Amino acid sequence: MKQEKLIEVYQNNSVKISIRREWCKSCGICVEFCPKDVLVPDNQGKPIPENIDACIKCSLCELRCPDFAITVEGVEEKDE
Amino acid sequence: MNNLEKKKNIKLLQGNEACAEGALLAGVRFFAGYPITPSSEIAENMAFKLPKIGGKFIQMEDEIASMAAVIGASIAGLKSLTATSGPGMCLKQENLGFAIINEIPCVVVNAQRGGPSTGLPTKPSQGDMMQARWGTHGDHPIIALAPSTVNEILTLTIKAFNLSEKYRIPVILLLDEVIAHMREKVEIPAPEDIEVINRKKPTVPPEEYLPFKPDEDGVPPMANFGEGYRYHITGLIHDHKGLPTSNSQEIDAFIRRLHNKIQKSIKDIIIYQKYSLDDANIALIAYGSVARAAERTVKLAREEGLKVGLLKLLTIWPFCFEEVNKLAQQVDLIIVPEMNLGQMVLEVERAAQGKCRVVPYGRVDGELINPIEILGKIREEIRK
Amino acid sequence: MKTVINNYIREEMFPNMWCPGCGNGIVLGAIIRAIDDLSWDKDKIVAVSGIGCSSRITGYVDFCTMNTTHGRALPFATGIKMANPDLKVIVVMGDGDCSAIGGNHFIHAARRNIDLTAIIINNMIYGMTGGQYSPLTPTGKYGSTAPYGNIDQSFDLVELAIAAGASYVARGTVYNPRQSTSLIKNALDKKGFSVVEIISDCPVSYGKMNKMKSPADMLKWIKDITVSKKVWEGFSPDEKKGKYAIGEFLSKDRPDYTELYEEIIKKAQERGGNK
Repeated sequence: MKQEKLIEVYQNNSVKISIRREWCKSCGICVEFCPKDVLVPDNQGKPIPENIDACIKCSLCELRCPDFAITVEGVEEKDE
Repeated sequence: MNNLEKKKNIKLLQGNEACAEGALLAGVRFFAGYPITPSSEIAENMAFKLPKIGGKFIQMEDEIASMAAVIGASIAGLKSLTATSGPGMCLKQENLGFAIINEIPCVVVNAQRGGPSTGLPTKPSQGDMMQARWGTHGDHPIIALAPSTVNEILTLTIKAFNLSEKYRIPVILLLDEVIAHMREKVEIPAPEDIEVINRKKPTVPPEEYLPFKPDEDGVPPMANFGEGYRYHITGLIHDHKGLPTSNSQEIDAFIRRLHNKIQKSIKDIIIYQKYSLDDANIALIAYGSVARAAERTVKLAREEGLKVGLLKLLTIWPFCFEEVNKLAQQVDLIIVPEMNLGQMVLEVERAAQGKCRVVPYGRVDGELINPIEILGKIREEIRK
Repeated sequence: MKTVINNYIREEMFPNMWCPGCGNGIVLGAIIRAIDDLSWDKDKIVAVSGIGCSSRITGYVDFCTMNTTHGRALPFATGIKMANPDLKVIVVMGDGDCSAIGGNHFIHAARRNIDLTAIIINNMIYGMTGGQYSPLTPTGKYGSTAPYGNIDQSFDLVELAIAAGASYVARGTVYNPRQSTSLIKNALDKKGFSVVEIISDCPVSYGKMNKMKSPADMLKWIKDITVSKKVWEGFSPDEKKGKYAIGEFLSKDRPDYTELYEEIIKKAQERGGNK
């Protein structure tokens, strides 16, 4: 899907943060209020989870995003 | 149908009662209103009768809210009615426009009283004819009917609901204080003798439904809220999906369709009656309670040997342009008596296109126009 | 990135039309999450709005939706609910929409206690028309029509709703999205007229004129001016000045209007005839 392409996914072994760049309006709310400073703005002001390992999955960025442009999901460990 | 075998159901009804009776026969199940003279009896009748048949009545906080509630109830599937008079009609205009742009069926009664403003609450007037046409802003179509007898109030109320459902447009029923309050013999038709039209429903599954995509007749099928068709309704100009559009082609097509769906079916919508017009060289054009006087004038004039006839308008909007145009080619003079200083006469002039003389006769003192004074006007015009 | 949100929105309408950082989107998210928690049938949900930025919410959700005229959402919703009481009817309004032009409808909907959920997004300004002051603009703040400061006293919507007869009254903020979601959920679940005011941000109109440049500045301000109901109750009158209590203020049971009307139908039918 066209829209899927525009979603950036960042993941470590405990959390997956997805950012839908075309919906993000660079308002800065998620960056400002992240309690662990996980997110930093890129040159367009859109969030990059540079510090993803610090994420505590509080999801406040997702809940306060006015544009449904960021989501936080826990990663379940799978046996393969 | 053999009417002789059937026992006729004759009742002595007040005009407003007949309106309520007609609405019930047409299938009304919701009324929202606000008290105002001279229309309040319609609300009182509805408050009493609707719950008896499982319908709903609500007295709202104002006229604006009444109009809104009527539209809401219609979208949720109930045939809906409200009734008011001039000052209330002014307040209803905002949401009347909403019903027009979203093609929501409903019937609005305006029992006309003298105006402007508080005017003459207990006296008749026909001062709201142009308001009925252009009261709400924007370029819009409307249907308005004007009965002149209590019996016609009943039949035209049914007609108003039918037209409203069929063409998905609010229909205004223009009464005036006199016919709203007078009592006359009314023949209540048996339910099986009445044609009741209901809005057409979508035939496609919800995922294919385009709520504002018209059929060939220009009218889109209407799904009621709660029936599994989820869609958007907005007072903004919208596309087939019902979502706001700023595409100029879509806007143009939408506004033209609203008008065309009425224009296309004008023969079905326009009703009038002719009295002694076959050999007439003078025509009266009248509506509402004035048409009663005009009918009498025709008889009086004929007794004097004057070839006078009457075209009685029952549908006011859209205007019967063609019929009046034909009439103007036949007669030398058209007189338009009305309880205003010249509203429908303007339409008559337009339709006559200069083919005969068109003369207004207006009265705005809160009194009815009587047959003798119309006859006097005829004599005066003949002498000219 | 599929979340519950995606199950309820009209995706083709996104990105939404609101300015960057506008609280309307945050409230939209809270409403959707609350509805999802209740597992309501989408076919039976009707969302009604009036006019203003907040009213565009109805265009974004996949229910039966209706963006009506300015201030009139509640009477439209009243007609819908009366006609079909099985429908869940949610009304979203802005502060000007609800408390100025729609103020009369608001108190009467509360008085009737009709089973509607009214969510008022209070950004304390007319945003769409360019920042004119509203009945909820705090005294002393600036608007495009209050260039020397607002001298009007503002309504307290919570007190107004309680006095008018609502069954459920709460206030949340866009800074506290979890609390707001749960307040909205309680309101939706409550029979009768429920009111949730959500204090929100309009960075472009309100923020710009009141020395808050960014959406984050506005959210920080909202955090600063709000306190929990419990803390508020311990405040002196001076401490209360310029502050807003948030939380649940009223939740009581009283028959809703549609239930009462069912009784009328019964009574009318029992009586029969023309008496």
